[in-house]
Amino acid sequence: MIIELLKHTGRFFLLLILQLFVLNNIQLSGYINPYLYILFIMMLPFEAPVWIVLLSSFMMGLMIDMFTDTSGLHASVCVFIAYIRKPILRFISPREGYDAAAIPSLSYLGFGWYIWYAGLIVFIHHITFFYLEAFRFTEFFKTLWRALCSGTFTLLFIFIYQYLTLKPQRSGKK
Amino acid sequence: MRNLIVFFYRNANMFLFIILQSFCLYLLFQNNSFHKASFISSSNHFVGNIFTTVNNINEYFHLKETNQKLAEENARLHNINKDAFAFFNKHEYQVNDSVYHLQYKYVTAKIVNNSVNKRNNYLTLDIGSNMGITPEMAVITSDGIVGITKEVSPHYTSVLSVLNKDARISAKIKKSNEYGSLMWEGGDYRYGTLIDIPTHVKLKKGDTITTNSYSAIFPDNIVIGTIDKVYSKSGDNFYTLTVKFTTNLKNITHVYVVKNLLKDEQKKLEEETQKNQNDN
Repeated sequence: MIIELLKHTGRFFLLLILQLFVLNNIQLSGYINPYLYILFIMMLPFEAPVWIVLLSSFMMGLMIDMFTDTSGLHASVCVFIAYIRKPILRFISPREGYDAAAIPSLSYLGFGWYIWYAGLIVFIHHITFFYLEAFRFTEFFKTLWRALCSGTFTLLFIFIYQYLTLKPQRSGKK
Repeated sequence: MRNLIVFFYRNANMFLFIILQSFCLYLLFQNNSFHKASFISSSNHFVGNIFTTVNNINEYFHLKETNQKLAEENARLHNINKDAFAFFNKHEYQVNDSVYHLQYKYVTAKIVNNSVNKRNNYLTLDIGSNMGITPEMAVITSDGIVGITKEVSPHYTSVLSVLNKDARISAKIKKSNEYGSLMWEGGDYRYGTLIDIPTHVKLKKGDTITTNSYSAIFPDNIVIGTIDKVYSKSGDNFYTLTVKFTTNLKNITHVYVVKNLLKDEQKKLEEETQKNQNDN
C-alpha cells in the first residue's frame, strides 16, 4: 500500500518536472505542445476514490499553472478530466470488469483497449484546454487544429512512456 | 434533515468537483486583480528561484550567440554615441544631456522563463521592484520589441509577450507615420498582425513598422518588424497587414526594460483634459 502510494507520488513529480522543463520547451511550428502530465491522472488505480483523484489532479493542475502563468487553466481542465475519468472507464470496460487494485496501463488490458482509453482522455483534455485558452470562436478551426496536433503528440509520448515501463511478465497475459 | 445529509453524502464527489471547478474558473476569469492570486503565478519567489536555476544551466547553451549579440551591440553603441553613456550602476544606463530632458531610462534584465507556443505567452525577468520596475513598462531588445511588463514582485517581473491575445501595441508605418494597432492571432511566433491602416495609404512589402509613443509605454521609433503581406477584407476601409517581427522571440536571452520618466505626467494631463471636456 505504502509502496503503491510512493509510486504514484513519484510519478506525480517525475511527470511534473518532465512537463515543465522538457516538454514545455518543445515548440514545433508554434502549434505543438504535448501535455504528458495528464498521464498521472490516467494511471491512478481503477478503484481509487473519486475525491482523491479530484484533489490530486487539482494539485497537479495548480502546480503546472504556477509555472506557466495560466492561473487556473490547467487546474480547471485537470479537475474536469478527473471527474469524467470514471464514466469513461465504465463506458469502455471489458465484459469481465476490472481488477480493483490494478492500474490502467497498456500492459494490463492490451493495445486495443488502451488506445480507446488514452485517446478519449487526451482529446477531451486537449480540446477543452485549447478552447478555454483561446476563449473565442473566431479562431475555431485554428484552435481545433492546435488541439488535434498536440493531442497526437501527447498520445505518442504516452505510448513511448508505456512501452518503456512495460513489465515483461505481464505482457503475455490478455 | 436526514434526507438532506444523505443527499450530500451520496453526491459528495459531485460537490467536490463543483467546488474545485468553480475555484479554478474563478482564478481563470478574475482579470487584473493579481494581488489576490499572486501565489499561482511565475512571479512568486519559489517559482522564480526554480526558473533561475534551470535557466542558469540553459544559459550555457546560448553563450556564443549572446556574446556575439552583445559585442555587436556594444560596437554599434560606441560608434554612434561614445561618450553619451554614463555608468550609473551595474544594471542601469542613462543618457546625460543638458539640452534635452531625459525621458527614457534603460534597465538590463535576463529572461528566466519564456514561451512562444501558447496562445497567450508570457516571459519572466530576473529583476523586479528592487530595480524600480513597475507594471506597464516597455520590454525591448536590440532587435525590436518583446512585450510589456505586467506583474512585479521584489525580484521578478512577468512580461506580457507581444505573442498574447491581450497584447495590443500602438504601431506606425515608419515612412508615412500612419498608425494602427499590432496584435497576434496565434500560430507562427514570427508573424504578427497590424490592423486599422486606412486603404488610401501606399504600402510596400518590406516597409518598416515601428512603435509610436501614443500609449506612453514604448519610446518612439523602436523597430517592430517589416511588412510581409497586405490584404483587406472585402468592404473594409482598412488594411490588415502581416508583420514579420525583427526580434526572434524564441531565442532572446537578455532584454532592456524601458522606464518612461514622463509617463505619469502625460497620463495625468490626458486624463485631466478628458475630465474637463466632460465637465463642460
